[in-house]
Formats: sequence, structure tokens, C-alpha cells
Amino acid sequence: KKMAIREFIVVGRKEPSEAEPNPPLYRMQVFARNEVIARSRFWYVLHAARKMKKTTGEILSVNEVVEKNPNTVKNFGMWLRYNSRSGIHNMYKEFRDTTLCGAVEQMYADMNGRHRARASSVHIIKTAVVKAEDTRRPNLKQMHNSKIKFPLTHIQPRASHKRYRAKFVTSRPTTFAG
Amino acid sequence: NIEKTNLLKMGFKRFVQVGRVVYINYGPENGKLAVVLDIIDNNRVLVEGPTTGVERQQMPLKRVNLTDYVLPIQRGFRTGNLTKAINDFDLEGKFNSSSWGQRLSNRQLRAGLTDYQRFELMLLRKQKSYLLKRAVAKAKKAAK
Repeated sequence: KKMAIREFIVVGRKEPSEAEPNPPLYRMQVFARNEVIARSRFWYVLHAARKMKKTTGEILSVNEVVEKNPNTVKNFGMWLRYNSRSGIHNMYKEFRDTTLCGAVEQMYADMNGRHRARASSVHIIKTAVVKAEDTRRPNLKQMHNSKIKFPLTHIQPRASHKRYRAKFVTSRPTTFAG
Repeated sequence: NIEKTNLLKMGFKRFVQVGRVVYINYGPENGKLAVVLDIIDNNRVLVEGPTTGVERQQMPLKRVNLTDYVLPIQRGFRTGNLTKAINDFDLEGKFNSSSWGQRLSNRQLRAGLTDYQRFELMLLRKQKSYLLKRAVAKAKKAAK
């Protein structure tokens, strides 16, 4: 599955000078759509946190982090900071997905839908894989059942491809699948 | 167990569960069978179909039809064990001999007919119709 949001690790530092020949390195985990945006976000954060910017610093490496095991389901906890219309708030959210980037995509969509917080207003403070017993949200905990099973109560039948959609249909659809 | 009886009372016989065989009806894996290995959330499952060419991946439940078959596997079974379980269960044989499987294979057969075969088919259908109508007319006459 091709990810829209990808994870990058960006390492950069202030340009070495005579006064400071070995400036400290800063490493940042960035979730961005591509490397260009990742670099930009790196400078956005570093410029605010330290006295350096793109013109006075250098990025030493940008590496994409690919999910180590995209075939296991994990619970991701995310600590965020977001701008609402009337202030800045911290938040903790949990998502279930097979990859961290998938969970981050879910988070942005969730923040947008629930709080009208667009991606530019959301900052990820921290992400972590959370063990099932340490999750806090009930909608995640309900999935932590070794014998989980549920029916598909209401299916909406659709054509297997757009080209097979009928313009007019003579019978009402059945939403019961068994 | 109370859960199970409640679900059955509601008339549901097929459930999304680990080991359920699903038929994928949309997207790039359209038309293939796969096995549910884990449930991500109420909209997505992790499936794999090593014998039908479905790589291990997330699958939205919207793209899926549940079949009657449940394999006795454990959550997150690896490909090798899964293949063995599928072969032991004889999934292909069971599905292909079921009415669902036969409908699918008939559909494929029909789609692959040559023009001459379609002509032959048309003649056979005419014959069948003729015989049926004759039998119906005879039965009606006998009933009077």
C-alpha cells in the first residue's frame, strides 16, 4: 500500500565556523509527504527551538524510515499539540494500524474531522507503539479480544468496477450478507 | 457465549473473525479468496491468500464478502502455516464445488466463449425452451 505520509529522520546542524568548529547535531523525526517537505519542517522546528536557520545551517542527512513489520497490527499512541480556534491544546490519541505512517494519516484525518484542525495546525509531539494492556481509549480496547468476531451487519453492494455501474436498476439492493 | 447466541438470534451466520475466508470483490485483488489473519479495527482486516496470490495486506471490509468457511488458524499465522492450513482444509476444492464457486466458474466460462460456441449455446437454449414449453403444454392439457 503506497503511503501518502512517510516518516523521515532529518539530521542537521549549524554551519561550522571558526568559533564553533563542531556544532552539535540535531535529529528530528518528521512525518511528511516527501523529502522536500521533511527538510522544510526540520528548519521550521529548529528555527523556533535553536538559533539556526536554513541559510546558517546544513542538513547532513535525510533518511526515510520504512515500517519494520507492516504485517502486524499495532496500537499507536500519539501525543499532539494543536491550534483550535480559541487556543493551543495538548492531546493524546490512539490508533490501531499496521504501520506508524498509516496511524499518522488516520490521526490527521481524525483531527480534521473531529476538531476541524487542519494538518498545518497539528504538531506531533511524540508517537509510540503502545501495548494492548496500556491503551487508554475504549474504541481501541474493544478490539483487544483474542476471540473477537462480529458480523457485517449492513453491506452496501457495489459493482466490482466503476464501468459496471448500472445507470438504472430495477431491484432494490439487499444489505444483508449473512 | 451469550454474545454468540445474541448474534445468531439476529440472524447473522457469517462473522468477521480470524480464519474467516473472504472473497475480495473490489480493487486490484478483485475475484480472489483470502483469509483473515487479524482484525485491525471495525473497518479493516489483515488478510492473506498465499494460494490465490493475495499478499499479506490491509483490506477494508467494504471490499469483502464473507464466505461460509473458517479455517482453524491462530491470529497472525505466518504464510507457511497458513498455506498448510489452506491445503489441509482443501479450500480450493470446497469453494469450487460450492454453488458460489460454480457460479463464478460459469461466469468465466461464459466470458471465454468463442463466437461459434455462443452460436451452439443459442441453439441449445432454443432446444431447451422448446422441450420445456412442450412439457408444460402437455401437463396443462393433462390437468384439464
